[in-house]
Amino acid sequence: MKLTHTLLAGSALALVAGAASAQDLTLVSWGGAYQSSQQKAYVEPYVEANPGVSVTWDESSAEAVAKLRAMNEAGNITWDLVDVVAADAIRLCDEGLAMEYDPDELLAPGDDGSSAEDDFGDLIVSDCFIPQIVYSTTFGYRTDLVPEGVEAPTDVCSVFDLETYPGKRSLEKRPINNMEWALYCDGVAKDEIYDVLATPEGQDQALAKLDTIKDEVIWWSAGADTPQLLADGEIFMGSTYNGRLFSVIVEQDQPVGMLWDMQVFDLDGWIIPAGLDEESQAAVEDFVKFATDTTRLADQSKYISYGPARLSSAPLVSTHADLGVEMAPHMPTDPENAKNTLLYNYEFWADYRDDIDAKFQSWLAK
Amino acid sequence: MAETSDSGAFVAFERVQKSYDGETLVVKDLNLTMPQGEFLTMLGPSGSGKTTCLMMLAGFETATYGEIKLDGMPINNIPPHKRGIGMVFQNYALFPHMTVAENLSFPLEVRKMGKSVREEKIKRALDMVQMGSFAGRRPSQLSGGQQQRIALARALVFEPELVLMDEPLGALDKQLREHMQFEITRLAHELGITTVYVTHDQTEALTMSDRVAVFNDGRIQQLAPPDRLYEEPENSFVAQFIGENNTLEGTIKSISGNTCEVQLDDGEVIVARPVNVTEVGQKTRVSIRPERVEMDKSRLQEGAHTLKAEVLEFVYMGDIFRTRLRVAGNTEFVMKTRNAPDQVRLKKGQQIEIGWLPDDCRALDA
Amino acid sequence: MSDTTQNGPMLAADGTPLKRSLARALRRQKMRALMLISPLLIFVLVTFIAPIADMLFRSVENQMVSETLPTTTQVLGEWDHSAGEPPAEPVYEALYYDLFIAAEAKEHTKLGTRLNYEYTGVSSLFRSTGRGLDDLGDDYLDELEEVDDRWGEGAFWYDLMTGTGSTDEDLVAAHAKRLEQLTGDKLSGDVGFAPSTEIAALLPKTTAAYADFAVYTALVDGDVVAEEDPWESVYVGLMTDLQTADVASYSGPEAEALQTAAEAAQGIEYIPLKTFFAEEDEDWLNVDIWATVQTYSSKYTSGYFLNAVDLQLTPDGIEARPENQQIYIMLFKRTMFMSLAITFSCIALGYPVAWLLANLPASKANLLMILVLLPFWTSLLVRTSAWKVMLQQQGVINDVLVWLGLVDDAARLVMINNQFGTIVAMTHILLPFMILPLYSVMQGIPPSYLRAAKSLGATNWTAFWRVYFPQSVPGIGAGSILVFILAIGYYITPEIVGGTTGTFISNRIAYHISSSLNWGLGAALGAILLAVVLLLYWAYDKIVGIDNVKLG
Repeated sequence: MKLTHTLLAGSALALVAGAASAQDLTLVSWGGAYQSSQQKAYVEPYVEANPGVSVTWDESSAEAVAKLRAMNEAGNITWDLVDVVAADAIRLCDEGLAMEYDPDELLAPGDDGSSAEDDFGDLIVSDCFIPQIVYSTTFGYRTDLVPEGVEAPTDVCSVFDLETYPGKRSLEKRPINNMEWALYCDGVAKDEIYDVLATPEGQDQALAKLDTIKDEVIWWSAGADTPQLLADGEIFMGSTYNGRLFSVIVEQDQPVGMLWDMQVFDLDGWIIPAGLDEESQAAVEDFVKFATDTTRLADQSKYISYGPARLSSAPLVSTHADLGVEMAPHMPTDPENAKNTLLYNYEFWADYRDDIDAKFQSWLAK
Repeated sequence: MAETSDSGAFVAFERVQKSYDGETLVVKDLNLTMPQGEFLTMLGPSGSGKTTCLMMLAGFETATYGEIKLDGMPINNIPPHKRGIGMVFQNYALFPHMTVAENLSFPLEVRKMGKSVREEKIKRALDMVQMGSFAGRRPSQLSGGQQQRIALARALVFEPELVLMDEPLGALDKQLREHMQFEITRLAHELGITTVYVTHDQTEALTMSDRVAVFNDGRIQQLAPPDRLYEEPENSFVAQFIGENNTLEGTIKSISGNTCEVQLDDGEVIVARPVNVTEVGQKTRVSIRPERVEMDKSRLQEGAHTLKAEVLEFVYMGDIFRTRLRVAGNTEFVMKTRNAPDQVRLKKGQQIEIGWLPDDCRALDA
Repeated sequence: MSDTTQNGPMLAADGTPLKRSLARALRRQKMRALMLISPLLIFVLVTFIAPIADMLFRSVENQMVSETLPTTTQVLGEWDHSAGEPPAEPVYEALYYDLFIAAEAKEHTKLGTRLNYEYTGVSSLFRSTGRGLDDLGDDYLDELEEVDDRWGEGAFWYDLMTGTGSTDEDLVAAHAKRLEQLTGDKLSGDVGFAPSTEIAALLPKTTAAYADFAVYTALVDGDVVAEEDPWESVYVGLMTDLQTADVASYSGPEAEALQTAAEAAQGIEYIPLKTFFAEEDEDWLNVDIWATVQTYSSKYTSGYFLNAVDLQLTPDGIEARPENQQIYIMLFKRTMFMSLAITFSCIALGYPVAWLLANLPASKANLLMILVLLPFWTSLLVRTSAWKVMLQQQGVINDVLVWLGLVDDAARLVMINNQFGTIVAMTHILLPFMILPLYSVMQGIPPSYLRAAKSLGATNWTAFWRVYFPQSVPGIGAGSILVFILAIGYYITPEIVGGTTGTFISNRIAYHISSSLNWGLGAALGAILLAVVLLLYWAYDKIVGIDNVKLG
């Protein structure tokens, strides 16, 4: 009997405690420098202004779709706000796992007076996606391994040019981006890439082009791999996110250079899981409104070289918080850097991902 | 049996010493010779060095100093498998994954004997231990006594000239043990094998052996045929260790030839045979076997000295009576008398007088 | 002593039959034993049996197609793809209403994703069509509102559909049940609407569409049906019904408005739904897509398992997958081969260590044991990454070899991102699982066996090989089973150091579970892997005998 009483009292206490700290927010992100930029730019000022709120991070963004699906099946959503890439946001929205929202209602208007919908513009690629940053996937190379008498590479196709630039490459272990680069460097016009890639012949053509460098490729699956391989001198060049390269080049001062050619533009942002209870939803919405306003988005670029998703934030981008480096020239959105870019085609990959991936993996394993 | 001269020695330990840790000697200056065909038992309490001697002979331990010779040849540097010594282990060490026949075949196979020869020898060995019908069994399907027989057969099947047995009957019950004692001695004598037998059981040692080496503290205390060992112990350890023994403590009062006078601690003076006492005034332990104690004066020499004794306990044991007495302050003094028709049955508290022949009373070291 | 003289059963002291008495006593014992192990039993059931059962179920489960498109798959049942003609109007009609409610419930894109595994392009087809479904109804509504404003009003529609006289409760219940199937949630509550039998007979498609709307509004949204404007699909239903229905004789509420609308409908251009879908996306006329829907409309499918062995289920039966997409059989074989290689290297490296452990004096053995267990105390990722640092071309081993002059700087060895790297790293990780059972078995082998063998004339090697080794085989068996089964399921290490030639089937399973979200295929691959392991276990039992396995 005594035990039962204690248990009852315990659970009652737990209930009370749960109610008292209803302002617990569980945010899901990617960990590393990116998450800490979010912590500094959004969470710290928010918690300072709202002392009742406590924030917990969960570094699960890479498996967010699978985990949300599992949570949804189990009927117990434990996340409040999830940072995902746009393609995942579209999938989550398609599956009804993310909440649809009205930009003008949920998000703060821009500092310049523009409505949130106009300020974010086309970057709201899904009804559930709250854009945060623009990033790109591009190539970095070891400046000290460029052969003597040869210019440092500036063209994405130097990846396929083993004669001029010998050495190992690293590419992501998935077809997305690699297939586009392969076709582009095989002479396919930029605006026809996806038309060609939709055909089996086009897919074979892309794989054939990749085949020419296959022996020299180390395939990566974690974002930290290429920067590490570059730092170790294991590879001559490799693809990774521009923010990672910024960190290797500017923060760690490694002999590494980067290409701004045919880099793939992509978006990263928040989604609010569908099916939150009213209280958490209100708390999350309040946080999101704060975290995506013009100032906060611009602030994030003090810590990492990804471009703010709001037009009105662009003029506010200033210098790196610790190094004092001017950040604008390192942004994928900088006009100097965005002369020749490729936009991630969400629709195409939603359709062709399974098919091309099967071929790609089969090709890889051969 | 008389001491054998070195020239005829089949097994010889010459000044053998053994130390495991370099600080203490487990075997101290061991000298021992055995003629061919002898059954010698190494008897002693655990830790007395007897098993170490056996293992040195078998080749599993190396002598720290000194030489071990087999048939005149030094064998210190010969590995065990080349010594051709049969061995029976305490736990039999029958190979559990082989049948009885395979176990017996093993020593023949490693000697590269042909199949028909092997089969014949196996059959003969099994018949010898009356286990002919068990060839196909596994050791786990046999009783302890049967395993013991197989172990014996295996040690003999390759017809070694020397067989070592390390407490082979330790795990058997009393009746089976007595039976096996007989079997082993019979076989050993029939086959004319030289046998070194290690045990801590004195009955076993006395009943089986031609000679017994009593070990203590790394030394042979006495090496003699069983009867001499029992009747003429050379020091108080042997006297105590072999058979039941009464001890009276005292001081040498005088020595003359084959007799000496000993003043017991309570002042009584008795006559004894000096064994390893040399000077007057030396402390001594006088040893008398319980069955040599007489209460019937007619059986003693004329004028023999008697002592007063008080009966503390009288135990009827069937063939004999065992009487515990208080003699010269010693309350553990035991007298054994034959259950003869005219024998008096004593009562507790009864005062009697006891005596013995001077030759049965041995003055030993204290 | 019993003083009974009867021939009946033995009785216990209290007169009950002895057998029953004994059974009762034993039952009590069994119950107590069961209660003691019940926490474990429940734990095993919940954490082990249930997930495996769930996985096996997912690998064949395919209810999504028939639950999302129940009417369509039913009507499509009669269609024959081999004629090369797309299905007729009724199929498209059924598709429209099925898709409409699915789009409202946000289920149609899930189905698109599901069918996209089988036919590329279905995903966007469903998504884009789902967006355009409202347009047709909106157009009709505009035309109808020109005749009578009230056609856009919820209350008007509610009166019209409810009518007078008897109502058809069953129809609403059927639609509620179908919605439950679609959303997978238990729906409860009162819909607050039932169509009159008269209007249901007169306007069947309108009624069906309205019933869908009513059920969804009341049960999912929790709104009052009469206050909400009906879905666009209701207007499509009405226009379709009005093409054939004779409304002149109808006399229920709003009969007049209905008759006016029927007259006006003559002047509104009616677009057959087949035409509508073809305009939305010409792929809807694609015979292959319909054939795929038909092939995968059954509740359970072998499709995932066929995919998992490089086959595919097509409308024409089972076919091999195109050669450039075949991968799983190869990966299964590679997984087996590499797991075996890892097991053998574990035996080769672990055996001497275990022997040392079993034969060293206790103090040294303990130190060695700590070294053996050390890998257990380090994170798997750290260990694997450490191997990366060791083995890579600019890594420690290559640096040392180059420094020693054994390897040319330009020809550094490739020891990672291939099978070699995986085998090295995984052997290291799994070695303790080999050493520990070996050690405990070896500890149970008394040294006297070796001595006995030597005393019988065997050389060191013969004594080891003929006497010691056979007795340590149970430990090798136990260690091998542990290592092999663990190796077969590893995926983190192969992912990090395996490159393209050193990855396992488990890497693809992980990919399908967490990345492509093709859980059915992942489950099928997992089920096959489980079956293979059980098969090997069975074979092991047959050949070596499972009672020959000793963990200690």
